[in-house]
Amino acid sequence: MAEKKHLLEVNHLKTSFYTDSGEVKAVNDVSYYIDEQEIVAVVGESGCGKSVTQMSVMQLIQSPPGKILGGEAILEGRDILKFRATSKEMRAVRGEKISMIFQEPMTSLNPVITVGKQLTEVIRTHKKVSRKEAWQMGVDALANVGIPEPEARMKNYPFEMSGGMRQRVMIAVAVACNSRLIIADEPTTALDVTTQAQVMELLLDVVDKMKTSLIVVTHNLGLVTRYADRIYVMYAGRIIESGTTEDLITKPCHPYTIGLLNAVPKLDANEHEQLTTIEGAPPDLANLPDTCAFLPRCPYAAESCRKLPCPELQQVGEHGHFSACHLKIRREDT
Amino acid sequence: MGKYIIKRLAMSILIIFLVSVFAFSLMHILPGDPIRIALGESVSEETIAEYRAKYHLDKPIIQQYGLWVEGILHGDFGKSLLYGEDVTTLIKTKLPVTMAIGIPVVLISAVFGILFGVVTAVKRGTWIDQVITSIANIGIGVPQFWIAILCIFLFGLKLHVLPIQGYTAPSEDFGKYVYMAFLPVLCLSFGFIATITRQTRSNMLEVINQDYVRTARANGISEGSVIFRHALKNALIPVITIIGLQVRIIVGGSVVIERIFNIPGIGALLIRAITERDYFIIQACVLVISLVTVGCNFIVDLLYGVVDPRVRKSWR
Ligand SMILES: Nc1ncnc2c1ncn2[C@@H]1O[C@H](COP(=O)(O)OP(=O)(O)OP(=O)(O)O)[C@@H](O)[C@H]1O
Ligand SMILES: [Mg+2]
Repeated sequence: MAEKKHLLEVNHLKTSFYTDSGEVKAVNDVSYYIDEQEIVAVVGESGCGKSVTQMSVMQLIQSPPGKILGGEAILEGRDILKFRATSKEMRAVRGEKISMIFQEPMTSLNPVITVGKQLTEVIRTHKKVSRKEAWQMGVDALANVGIPEPEARMKNYPFEMSGGMRQRVMIAVAVACNSRLIIADEPTTALDVTTQAQVMELLLDVVDKMKTSLIVVTHNLGLVTRYADRIYVMYAGRIIESGTTEDLITKPCHPYTIGLLNAVPKLDANEHEQLTTIEGAPPDLANLPDTCAFLPRCPYAAESCRKLPCPELQQVGEHGHFSACHLKIRREDT
Repeated sequence: MGKYIIKRLAMSILIIFLVSVFAFSLMHILPGDPIRIALGESVSEETIAEYRAKYHLDKPIIQQYGLWVEGILHGDFGKSLLYGEDVTTLIKTKLPVTMAIGIPVVLISAVFGILFGVVTAVKRGTWIDQVITSIANIGIGVPQFWIAILCIFLFGLKLHVLPIQGYTAPSEDFGKYVYMAFLPVLCLSFGFIATITRQTRSNMLEVINQDYVRTARANGISEGSVIFRHALKNALIPVITIIGLQVRIIVGGSVVIERIFNIPGIGALLIRAITERDYFIIQACVLVISLVTVGCNFIVDLLYGVVDPRVRKSWR
């Protein structure tokens, strides 16, 4: 396969939080990329560093206590981590090149500013347009994300909208700014099930129409397999397996991925088939062992695993299928 | 919205009424005959009866109250028991003095308090934060008179740069007014700035970590707008309450500061009236001060609605 230019390429990203209990290695040498018009999912349990990874790329880590210790994030040929966090260049990346959609629609919009004003402020930050033009662009964006009576809605405050509606507003920001990449950090987790499906569908629709790329952060592996092109599985601040969705669900190599897949309810499952969850809890990121971080919970753990250092990602198949495990495990195809 | 305001207004009027009843009763509740106290022991019974009639004190108490209120509605607060001065005129001459000190105090405190609060929150943990926060903590803990004495000692007696007492009206000579009023305004503002700084700082620190501030940053909004538009607007809501409480100083003045700097304002007048039991003056002062206090609370409530749309909606 010919080397293609990636839209965003993150290499060896390291972010830590310096807390009372020591250095919390939230992101520990993470590398990934996303191409134009690709949908990539980042999957992992709560607290494994998914959000911190994305926030680091945007340089939105609260500092102190957080600090990006190293790595690069190449966007359109430039390392955006070289920019100062508050610099003009970095602000031009945020919102315009990369849009973020967060988990909490109830708190992600400013409660005392109307939706229209918040929307137009972002538009006018990135585009040289008049107040009136920005307002019209905002109305159009709201219409594009399926909000009825967009003109009236512009004058609403966030508390006058439902969670699903607010999440649509967040998507509208990305639409209005015509971002190249949307990072959605658990965009539907806080919504009720029906709204979840609608918002996800809208997001995919927008991504498709705008020819944007999408990074979806989630802990629901089952959900993303339906639309993601590729998947990165994170555990304890590292990526432990990556590959195409197809490879990952048919030939998972890392015991953790296998565990996640076993925890996904299947549509055609018969009643006797049991869902298994992964036993134990993820490790304390301030006290990571020298060995494989998954070792204490790993059902396949071998004696050799206890002696070897933390495994690096290794190619295990074609199409960029990587896994970080000392053992050569293959789940039997189901 | 209209309904809420009318309700709030009715409440304010009720409070004013109760305060007026209270202020009026003072004369009758406190021990000692006001006329006797005013005229001294050596006065004949006839003179006392004469004065009693002059001040309507011979009438039934309800009627006295009625006459007093009627007078006020016509702009007549009665006369000083001791000196026969017209209380309305007295207030009219003292009030501008107190206001000329109080208004700058409130404005300066609000502006600097909010500014320092924002700066310390944004620069949290740096030396700027530590210096300002330490001074603010002193400002909250130390009593006004102590600061006043310190200022007088430092600026007046040691450095000889500022006068330590007296007052000139701004209409008379503005430059001299600033010169004269500088220390009292400084002393009064110090504590206020400290309180507002602390409140603003803690609110800002809380607001800065909110999701919507992160969203604003994630959308590339400039840091200035993030702080002053997105964060401050939310952080100000509790600060308004504090400022609202301080506005009373505009009419009430500070008894301590007016006394120390020898400023002929309402505070000084009230002190004189209380020591001499000059009841009509006490009543008038209490009433005027509470009128403004209640008015300020009313305005603060309205301001909540201006700043916070959720409050505005709840009015409907
Ligand atoms: N401000 C902070 N201070 C200290 N530690 C932090 C801070 N933010 C995040 N962390 C730590 O970084 C780790 C990774 O957090 P992150 O939010 O990236 O998890 P996540 O994978 O997004 O989880 P979730 O699914 O719950 O969102 C966590 O263990 C957390 O303790
Ligand atoms: Mg997260």
